[in-house]
Amino acid sequence: MGDDILSYNGGVALAMKGKECIAIACDKRYGVQNRTIATNFTKIFQYSDHCFVAFCGLATDVQTVSERLKFRTNLYELREQRKLKPNVLYNMLTNLLYERRFGPYFVFALVVGLDPKTGETFVYDSDNIGAISDNVNLVTVGTASEYIFGLGELFFKPNMNADELFEATSQALLNGVDRDSASGWGAVVYVIEKDKITVRELKGRQD
Amino acid sequence: MSERYGFSLTTFSPSGKLVQIEYALNAVNAGSPAVGIKASNGVVLATEKKSKSLLHDDRTIHKVESVCKNMGLVYSGMGPDYRLLVQKARKLAQEYMLVYEENVPPTQLVKRIADVMQEYTQSGGVRPFGVSLLICGYDYDEDRPFLYQCDPSGSYFPWKATAIGRNFVNGKTFLEKRYSDQLALEDAVHTAILTLKESFEGQMTEDNIEIGICDKEGFRRLTPAEVKDYLAQIG
Repeated sequence: MGDDILSYNGGVALAMKGKECIAIACDKRYGVQNRTIATNFTKIFQYSDHCFVAFCGLATDVQTVSERLKFRTNLYELREQRKLKPNVLYNMLTNLLYERRFGPYFVFALVVGLDPKTGETFVYDSDNIGAISDNVNLVTVGTASEYIFGLGELFFKPNMNADELFEATSQALLNGVDRDSASGWGAVVYVIEKDKITVRELKGRQD
Repeated sequence: MSERYGFSLTTFSPSGKLVQIEYALNAVNAGSPAVGIKASNGVVLATEKKSKSLLHDDRTIHKVESVCKNMGLVYSGMGPDYRLLVQKARKLAQEYMLVYEENVPPTQLVKRIADVMQEYTQSGGVRPFGVSLLICGYDYDEDRPFLYQCDPSGSYFPWKATAIGRNFVNGKTFLEKRYSDQLALEDAVHTAILTLKESFEGQMTEDNIEIGICDKEGFRRLTPAEVKDYLAQIG
C-alpha cells in the first residue's frame, strides 16, 4: 500500500448513464494508508449547470486539479460568455493533465454531463495523463474501481429512468466499497436530469 | 530585432494620439477596397484584386483566405502584413481546437487576433500592422453569422456591413442605403459586387475581384467561374 501513490489516500467514484439522465457517485473517506482521517471528503465537483467531474487518487492532487480546472473554466465562462459543454470540459481536463505528461498528477477522472436541450448524455473517463475514452455507459475510478465495475456491469440496463439509475449506481458503489478497506465511510450520489439535479447522501457500513 | 529595443516605437503625441497607428490607418486607406456584408444566413467578403501588370499570373495568390472551417478573412493595406496575420489567425484557431475540441467562435478568434495587433503597438522595436481585417464567421452555438473589422490599433468592431480601403466612405454610404436585415446571402453577394463597382476603375472580371462566403456549411472562396456567374447577373 505504501508504494502505490494512487492508493495512498483511497477513494472511489462511479458514473452511469440513463435515459436523458446521468448518475455520478463517490465515497467520502479520506485516509492516510490504513488510518481514516475524515469521512466528509467528497470527490465530485460541479463545473457547469449540468457538468460534473469526479477525481480519485492522491488527495492533494484531487484538490489541486479540481481547483486548477475551475480556474480555467471560470475564465472560459467569462471570456466566452457561455456555459461549458461536457465534451469541451472533458477536453480541457485531458489537456490540463497532459501538460504534466512527464511529471503527472496522480488522479484519474470521470467527466459527466447532460445537454439540457436535447437530453444527450455524456460519460467519459480519463487516466492521469489525459487518455481520452469514448462516451460510454459506465465508468469507475479509484481503489475499488474493479469491484464497482463488476457490480455496475451487473446492475446496468440501457435507458434506465432516474430512479432506476439511482438504485443501480448506489448499490454498485455501496457494495463495491465494502470489499475495499481504503474506500467507504458513506457515499454521495448526484442524479442529473434535464430539469433538476438530485443529491443524496448514503449511509453504508461505517468501516 | 525586437530583442534589441526595450522600448516601443509607438509613442504618444502631446495631443494623446498614437501617430504610428494613424499612419498605419493611412496605409490601410490607400489599399485596395474590401467589402463585407452580413446577411441573415451568412456573410460575404469581397475585394478588388488588380494586378500591376498584364504579365502577372495571379490565379494562385489569394486575398480572401480561410482561417478555419467556419471563418474567413480579407484585408485592405499591406499584403505581407496580412499574410502574417493569416498564419497567426490559423494557428490561434487550431490552438483553440486543441484545447476545447470545438470550432472557435468568431467573437473569440477576433479577440485573439486583435490582441496580436495590439501587441505590435506596445512591444519593443516593432511597428503596427499596416492592415485592417474584415473577419467573417459562423457561430454554431448562437446559430448566426458574424462580421468584424480589426484595425491596426487592435480595436475591433462588429458590423452589419462595411467597406475598408480606398473610397471606403463612399462604400459605406452606398451600403447604408442598400443594407437591410432581411438580406439573403445571394443578394448580399450582388450588393457587395455593386459596392466594389462604385470605386472600380475599368472592367470588372472574375480575375480582378475575389469573393468569399461564409454560411452554416462553413467558409469558402468562390471559384472564378462562380464569380463570373454573379457578374453576369449584375450585367
